[in-house]
Amino acid sequence: MSSFVEQLQAWQAGVDKMLAKRPERKEQFTTISGLPIDRVYLPDDPGQEYADKLGLPGNYPYTRGVQPTMYRGRLWTMRQYAGFATAAESNQRYRYLLDQGTTGLSVAFDLPTQIGYDADHNLARGEVGKVGVSISSLKDMEVLFDQIPLDKVSTSMTINAPAGILLAMYIAVAEKQGVKPEQLRGTIQNDILKEYSSRGTYIFPPRPSMRVITNIFAYCAQDVPMWNTISISGYHIREAGSTAVQEVAFTLANGMAYVKAAMDAGLDVDQFGPRLSFFFNAHSEFLEEVAKYRAARRLWAKIMKERFGSTNPKSMMVRFHTQTAGCSLTAQQPKNNIVRVAFQAMSAVLGGTQSLHTNSMDEALSLPTQEAVTIALRTQQIIGYETGVTETVDPLAGAYYIEHLTDEIERQAEDYIVRIDEMGGAVSAIEQGFVQREIQEAAYAYQRAVEDDERVVVGVNKFVVKEPPPTGLLRVDPKVREEQAAALAQLRAERDQKAVDSALAELKTAAENDQNLMPHFLSCVRVYTTLGEICGTLRGVFGEYQAPTTI
Amino acid sequence: MHKIRVLAAKPGLDGHDRGVKVIAAALRDAGMEVIYTGLRQTPEQIVATAMQEDVDVIALSILSGAHDYLFPEVMKLIKQKGMDNVLVLGGGVIPEEDIPALKAAGIAEVFGPGTNTHKIVDFIQANAKPRG
Repeated sequence: MSSFVEQLQAWQAGVDKMLAKRPERKEQFTTISGLPIDRVYLPDDPGQEYADKLGLPGNYPYTRGVQPTMYRGRLWTMRQYAGFATAAESNQRYRYLLDQGTTGLSVAFDLPTQIGYDADHNLARGEVGKVGVSISSLKDMEVLFDQIPLDKVSTSMTINAPAGILLAMYIAVAEKQGVKPEQLRGTIQNDILKEYSSRGTYIFPPRPSMRVITNIFAYCAQDVPMWNTISISGYHIREAGSTAVQEVAFTLANGMAYVKAAMDAGLDVDQFGPRLSFFFNAHSEFLEEVAKYRAARRLWAKIMKERFGSTNPKSMMVRFHTQTAGCSLTAQQPKNNIVRVAFQAMSAVLGGTQSLHTNSMDEALSLPTQEAVTIALRTQQIIGYETGVTETVDPLAGAYYIEHLTDEIERQAEDYIVRIDEMGGAVSAIEQGFVQREIQEAAYAYQRAVEDDERVVVGVNKFVVKEPPPTGLLRVDPKVREEQAAALAQLRAERDQKAVDSALAELKTAAENDQNLMPHFLSCVRVYTTLGEICGTLRGVFGEYQAPTTI
Repeated sequence: MHKIRVLAAKPGLDGHDRGVKVIAAALRDAGMEVIYTGLRQTPEQIVATAMQEDVDVIALSILSGAHDYLFPEVMKLIKQKGMDNVLVLGGGVIPEEDIPALKAAGIAEVFGPGTNTHKIVDFIQANAKPRG
């Protein structure tokens, strides 16, 4: 084991080399009053404990961040989740956001799309275009990314059960733009386990779902190497009511289940490991949140190295997206939400996030208006460009309280992971309803605390005022469904039906015979087979998930 | 005394069940019997379960914005089946301007984000008509 002084020298040499290639944002960093700011601050005499637990940014165990220069090199990606109504309307919103300085796209799909039903399906009634954009075929996807160069933007897609199919559509749109799969950058959420426990947009049972996920890992490692094949999500676990500790524990336990499934399928941990990414919530308990991200990084690095034998640092790094907590927004006095979001976003930045979505003030009421979305984006820009917290790496490190919370969250999350191991891993723990029960008990305890006035929510149980109902909310025209259904009827009449039938037949055979499904998704979408037809075929082979009732 | 029986239901494709589960727990703590449908119920399934379980109250929860279509669909079936005594409540992310139309369709009350569960308990105790 080299001494910390040697580690520091090696780190500095690495930074110098990196800076020669890609300098930081400024040549010198100073406070608003002119005081110089160093890249990283360390204890006067860093001992072994410091080296083991915190180390240097960009070095194992990554407590202090995954890059040596963090936001001095580049700010996080400002990525606002958006999508509603038709592909054409969402395309307009994306182009507006790009014009306003957003640096990555994040696509919200409506529920029928997320659950693999076409817009004209009976169960899609009332839901088309409501919580996101309606995508039934490659035709819709072509409109969604019209005039958006896919070699220039990175795109995150909140899609899980049918993630491989939507990724195939994205690849097919890129081909039409002359962009190769190896140039594509972005993320599919593709995290089915938290759908069973927290978010609800599952289709197939866990075992075949895990198989499709490993298919995607294997395919992308070869063909779409810059794509993040999964975003292992604590966000929705937290939204469902978990504590910060549970968010870390259940997210990492799910991550371990994916790694194990992929290794069991014969993949090398360091072949797919670098493309795993994470997604966390930013809640209102400011310092606990900062500690949470740091604890998650340290714990995952240890798990990948010690349990799974990873040797590639990139596999050990938690690279993560953050979204501010939707569940913390209040319908009462909605402008107060701007302030909540600002604090939450700041915690994510102090915790070293790679990308960030800030919620809009009106999201406890409906989809956000353009004005509300703009304020949310400006909040990130103010943190990034005005507050100065970006100018040194991991600025809260070494604070007694922060380091205590980091240790404590890590320790308690590890305890949960041991319990989940004893149950046979995350898949079994979810099948038994353990994770769901833990989350709902925490949610109820929180609600009781608010109702008993042990916890104050400003505008809800204290400082309450009478106010007129909000006006000018964004509405989705119910005609969207009829328009989408008519467009689908036309598509089905015009496409090469023979090609569709044979692509679906081959998909069915591949699904029955444990072949990689990704090439088949591509053959299907290229000839305009619809999402509902593809998922319907897979439903026939895999069956549908039946959720256990846990209350 | 006959306990008030409540069906807590999630119509549509929405997967957000934190609210409905918290309310189910609160109603149980208040002494009611609560049956939860689970996710992704069609209006037909909800009304069939309500009949089978002989409930006094149906509490519908939607956070996806599909309340404008699905709540009236449930009410239409309830009227068809002649279940006039059943008290139907709605909850979720529902803009205030939508509430008059939902009430006109027969939803007795709509509870938005931040509602205290005691308020829901009180409303049910004051308005449910338990048989028995």
